[in-house]
Amino acid sequence: MSSGGIIQVRDLRKIYRVGKVDVPALRGVDLEAQRGEFVAIVGPSGSGKSTLFHIIGGLTPPTSGTVRVADEDLAALTDAGRTKLRKRTVGFVFQKFNLLPNLTARDNIAVARYIAGAGKKPDPQFEEVLRLLKIDDRLDHKPNALSGGEQQRIAIARAIVNHPAILLADEPTGNLDTENSKAVLEILRDLNERLGQTILMITHNPEAAAYGHHTVHMRDGRIIERT
Amino acid sequence: MTTRLVVENIKHKPMRTLLSILLMGVPVTLILSLVGISEGLSADAQNRARGIGADVVVRGSTASAGLSYSGASISEKLVDKLQEQPHVKLAMGVIVHSIDFPALSMMGVDLPAFNAMSGGFTYQEGGPLQGPYDILIDRLYADQKKTHAGSTLRLLNQDWHVAGIIEGGKLARIVVTKATLQELDAATGKVSVIYVKLDDPANTDAVVRQLRELLPNFDVNSMEYYTSMFAVTNYGTVKVFTYVVIGIGVVIGFAVVCLSMYMAVLQRTREIGILKSLGASKTFILRIVLTEAALLGIGGTILGILMSYAACWAIRTFVPASFPMIIVHAWWPKALLITFLGAEMGAIYPGLSAASHDAIEALAYE
Repeated sequence: MSSGGIIQVRDLRKIYRVGKVDVPALRGVDLEAQRGEFVAIVGPSGSGKSTLFHIIGGLTPPTSGTVRVADEDLAALTDAGRTKLRKRTVGFVFQKFNLLPNLTARDNIAVARYIAGAGKKPDPQFEEVLRLLKIDDRLDHKPNALSGGEQQRIAIARAIVNHPAILLADEPTGNLDTENSKAVLEILRDLNERLGQTILMITHNPEAAAYGHHTVHMRDGRIIERT
Repeated sequence: MTTRLVVENIKHKPMRTLLSILLMGVPVTLILSLVGISEGLSADAQNRARGIGADVVVRGSTASAGLSYSGASISEKLVDKLQEQPHVKLAMGVIVHSIDFPALSMMGVDLPAFNAMSGGFTYQEGGPLQGPYDILIDRLYADQKKTHAGSTLRLLNQDWHVAGIIEGGKLARIVVTKATLQELDAATGKVSVIYVKLDDPANTDAVVRQLRELLPNFDVNSMEYYTSMFAVTNYGTVKVFTYVVIGIGVVIGFAVVCLSMYMAVLQRTREIGILKSLGASKTFILRIVLTEAALLGIGGTILGILMSYAACWAIRTFVPASFPMIIVHAWWPKALLITFLGAEMGAIYPGLSAASHDAIEALAYE
């Protein structure tokens, strides 16, 4: 395995057991992403994009193969080890925003810092990020008082508040209209360019994929093309 | 932050929260009311016994130190014999008939002797006993019966003329002439208990020893010891009943919180998935559930205490003489502990269930 990539995946396989049937979701995936890269992953439903995303994010262990994320060998990590990885090393942005509905936007961000064991108040640089995301005046609202675009920008702020090495975005524009989709994608590109944030983004949309430096095409649990 | 998360969760489902707190408050009220009535009965009985002014109490050997010692087994001649003993200033026989166990007894007394021993009753209405079917009742019983001096009261299948309303705290709530009650109880020449006043209370121990030798078949004790026997801790059945109610309280607290938190965990499956995606550990998730249960337990205890005041008001308003309930503050921390224990036990299973949720499945939960 070559050195230097912040994400290094070799011959990754994942088999889910559904009843008495083994369902292979990943059938030998090789992927490498460099620090500061913005990689888009595209493919039809069932191609294994989300499974790859979940394994890299430490939400589920691989069945076999090697996955190194920020120099951590995920195959060797216990459940507690993967929990620690999610605290500090990766940040998630989901299609459905996944904000905690009972908390304000500010508290949604604060809870991520609290879980990571960081201080209560974000650093000054993060205040700048909030202005960049154009949500600094919406922080005292609960998710049900925010538009979809605002919710997704809060989710992005929450995902990067602990300065994770990698931002994993799963269809971040899937629930947004064209205008908000464009805004979110530009924010992601901005974060990548200004802060050097490594981003892995799953998308169905070729226009969204075009925001990345590279696009990885998946089908039937395999990577079939990298452009 | 954990508290903020928990408080917001609680506020998000106010009806579930209120119902849980109400259901946990009920056993707290039951416990505090039971203890309040027990302690109230005990304190009331002690107060009335001390109000007699006697130093020594003589009862039949089969009599227990119960709140009622109904029945007359002692020959009245013994009163005269005790009167002749050294240091005895006054001996007075009283016959007791239980009306409404445990708090209400009718006592038949020789009023001049009682006046000499205790200094007499304080009359709030009317005056002393005159005729054979005159009756004295204390203020609480008069309020409970909504009656006044001069009216008629039916007790023991007999109409009584209320001669006076007396201030409570001496002898009994209901007092009649000894001869009348002896006749009604077919116990002419018998008394239930003999109270003895000494020339000097300092001689009490010596007189008790002396009377025990003289009356080996009788139960002879100082008034101090006698009143101490009214303490709630001396009533095994009351203690057992209290433990049973405490057990019920723990079980209800356990069941209510278990059901409530189990439902809450189901409803919040997706939120648990979100927290896990942020790196929340199993311990963190469990702590959220246990903290919420603890807050419900504290809320239930506070509501239970408030409801015990309401119960106390109702009892003092409607049956003040039968159940002299008091608020026992010393039991508040115990009630909190009981509720807390039930709540935390009830939250453990839902908490562990939440902590072990698979993050991906939880995030996919609709």
